[in-house]
This record gives sequence, C-alpha cells and structure tokens, in this order.
Amino acid sequence: MIELKDVKKSFGTNHVLRGVNLKVERGTSMVIIGGSGTGKSIAIKSVLGLVTPDEGEITVDGQDVTKTDRDAFLARFGMLFQGAALFDSIPVWQNVAFRLLRGSLKRPKAEAREIAIEKLRRVGLTPDVADRLPAELSGGMQKRVGLARAIAADPEIIFFDEPTTGLDPIMAGVINDLIREIVVEMGATAMTITHDMTSVRAIADNVAMLHDGVIQWTGPVAQIDDAGDPFLDQFIHGRAKGPIEAVR
Amino acid sequence: MKFLATIGRAALGLMAAIGRITMFAFQTLVHMVRGPFYLRELAIAFLNIGWLSLPVVGLTSLFTGGALALQIYAGGARFNAEAVVPQIVAIGMVRELGPVLVGLMIAARVTSSIAAEIATMKVTEQIDALVTLSTHPMKYLTVPRVLAATIVVPALVAIGDIIGIFGGYAVATGTLGFNPAAYIRNTVDFLELKDVVSSLAKGAMFGFIAALMGCYYGMNSGRGAQGVGSATKGSVEAAAVLILAANFVLTGVMFSL
Repeated sequence: MIELKDVKKSFGTNHVLRGVNLKVERGTSMVIIGGSGTGKSIAIKSVLGLVTPDEGEITVDGQDVTKTDRDAFLARFGMLFQGAALFDSIPVWQNVAFRLLRGSLKRPKAEAREIAIEKLRRVGLTPDVADRLPAELSGGMQKRVGLARAIAADPEIIFFDEPTTGLDPIMAGVINDLIREIVVEMGATAMTITHDMTSVRAIADNVAMLHDGVIQWTGPVAQIDDAGDPFLDQFIHGRAKGPIEAVR
Repeated sequence: MKFLATIGRAALGLMAAIGRITMFAFQTLVHMVRGPFYLRELAIAFLNIGWLSLPVVGLTSLFTGGALALQIYAGGARFNAEAVVPQIVAIGMVRELGPVLVGLMIAARVTSSIAAEIATMKVTEQIDALVTLSTHPMKYLTVPRVLAATIVVPALVAIGDIIGIFGGYAVATGTLGFNPAAYIRNTVDFLELKDVVSSLAKGAMFGFIAALMGCYYGMNSGRGAQGVGSATKGSVEAAAVLILAANFVLTGVMFSL
C-alpha cells in the first residue's frame, strides 16, 4: 500500500502541495485528476524520491520511502513518463531493457534483448522496432516503448504520468486498454495522472481529485458521476463555470 | 544603499555559484572512485571527446604554429633575432598556446555539446527516468564524461603541441629559409621535460573543467528551449573563463617557483 500523510511541497512562494493525504491499496489502480499545475506530478515524483517533500510522510507497505535502500526500493517501480523520456542515444530494445542491462536486475545481454522484444510485443510493437532509435518512432510508438520499459522488470508498482496526452483518440484508447490489461494481468498497484476522463473511466478503480494542494475528493470510479462534490463535478464535465477558477 | 545592496546580492550569488560548482566537482570525484562504473558510456565519451576532436585540434594547432613562426620571425627581425623561431615556437606551443587553445576548442566543441545534451535530457525527463531505473545520473552521465576528458585532453594537447610545432616548422622551412634538420634539432634541444609535463598537466585540468562545466550546467538547466540555450551558453562561458584562470594559476605554480 502507498500512503501519503500530510505531504507539503512549496517552490518559493508557490505552495503546490498543502497537505496531501492519500491511500492507494495494493493491487488497485488509483487515478489522480486535477487541473494543470495542481501538483499531480509532484505528488507522484515525491513517492519516487525525485522530489523531496518539505513536510509529511510517504510510506510504501508501511516503510518510509526516505529510509529504504534506494536501489531495492526503485526496483519495485516502473514509470511511464508524459513524453515517454526515452534515451535518444540508445536503440529501442536497450531503452526497454535498460534496467535489465545494469544494476541489481542485470541479465545476460541476449536474455535482456529477448525480454525487451517480448515486452514490445506485449504493447503491440513488432520486433523490427527493437533496433530503431527512439527519434525514428511516432509519438504513439514512443509512448508504447515507454510503457514496455515501465513493465520490463515486472514491477509491483507502476506510475503513469499523462499516458494519453498528445495521442489521437484511437491510440489513446489502445494505451488505456494496455494499461488496464497490464495492471490486471500483473496484479500491480498503479497510480496514474491524467486529465483525460476517458482514461479515468478505462483505467481507474479509484479516483482522487487534487485541487488547491489537497485531495478534494477520493472514492471509487463508479461514484464520480454522483459524488455531489462541486469541484469534481465541474472537472469531470469540463465546465468553465464553477468553484474552480478557469483562469488560474 | 540600493547600489550596495546590488553589489552585495551579486557577490552572494557568485559565492553561492562557486560553492555549488565546488560541491558538484567534489561529488563527481566521489562517484568517480565508487562504482558502479559504466564502461560503455566511458568508451563513447572517449570517442566523442578525444577522437572526434582531433580535426579541430589539429587544424587549430597547425595554423597557430604557422602564424607563430611568422610573427616571431617578423618580430625577431627587429633586433636580429630571427634564428630563435624554432625555440620560441616550441616553448610557446608547448607551454601556453597548445594547452590553452586545445582547452578552448574543447570548451567550444565538447562543453557545449555535453551541456546541451544533458540539459535536453533534463527537460525531457530523461534524467528522472534514469533515477527511476535505479541509475545515478552522476555516475551514468557525469563521471564518464569528466573522466574521459581528464584522460584524453592531455593526449589531445600533446598532439596539438606536435602539430603546432610542425606548423611552425613547415612555415619556417618552407617560406623563411630555415634548415629542416637544424630546426628540429633546435626544437628538441630547447624543450625541457618540465615544459612537456606542464603542458599535459594543464591539459588534464582543462579537460576536467570543460567536461565538468558541461555536466554542471546541463544538470542545472532551466525549462524549455530557453533553458537548454542558457545552459549551453553559460557552460561555455564558465569553462572558457575557468580554463584561462586555471592556466594563469598553473603557469604561476609551475614556472614562477
């Protein structure tokens, strides 16, 4: 289980997280929604240690994330970045097998390549993509390679940062289905950040809405339409008028 | 008061920057001796910084050596000292121009490229991705580049020194009427081991500075294209100034004592 307790983070006078409390149960898919600049990425990056919170505590299975063995801790995670964040200088298969080619999870090169090709196939890419450079792929293909990299080492916990941003609706649907399948198949715990309500309904078991630095509402995805929360209601229906100011 | 406050702020900013760069250099040295080591990245850095810099280093040194011979000949003629061309070209290239020009060429070619590459990686979250893949960015990106530059730039300086001296030789024997055998003998006889050692030591220091500045500015880049541009510009400026300052200090230490 991932738990954030009263997590605060400011950048100068910009108080991004003002006391976030959130629980993500093991094996469930939590989707965090909220407007741009509300700190969704900061919340996820705080769990991974990419950002250090000013206050509060983050635990994974009861262990404080700042007091664990970093390598062992990160080996449990996979992350799909918004722009895929593939390494330009190495071919696709080495991107996917990055973790398997070095560090504690290192495998023989041939085995790592085989796993990479299998993961690429899993996300709907053919083996001929393996030896191409990331720059030679379309945005959707890059995202799928990023997804293959995130699941390459069969992580227990997977984070998805805006998995469908910048993709056409069909490709977004493909990615949503893939994420759902992977999470169900692998039994992984997932945390996803998105603005895309189609994604929310496709991916989520539970939803949390981050607004004004705190979790405004959280609950099962089935309840979002009649939660009765004016902030959530405005967001999921994309209304310009409501308690959330359109110009922030 | 406002004027004093401005000076104070600038001084504090400078001190903070020096502190940050010193800390970064210290961290790099610590990571350099503690594994894991990424040999593939080190090999790539050797290729990029060393092998691929050879044309620019060679051409710069060749033309500088040739120009130096012409200048010394013309200047020496004012007091009937034209014969000192081989000695002055040799000492000028080996002690000063070789290491400084190679250092500045590396700052222009390598520092800028390292800063732009790492800054782009930062902007596109590739550095964050490295961390999530249990790979320390300092070990994976900084250490191979700084180590490779520190080792390979002295070799480039040695090559630059030789080509620079050859440039002087070609001009002196080709157009100024010097005897080829006498030119080489005068060059070899005049140079001391200390000159060569100082040249290589400067090369190592300049290589370290050039790669370190590229990595530091890249890792601390701002957002977007402007952030990458600023990081690249800042890295070359800092590397060039630090190389020239380090050259002054090293020359003072090695030749004034």
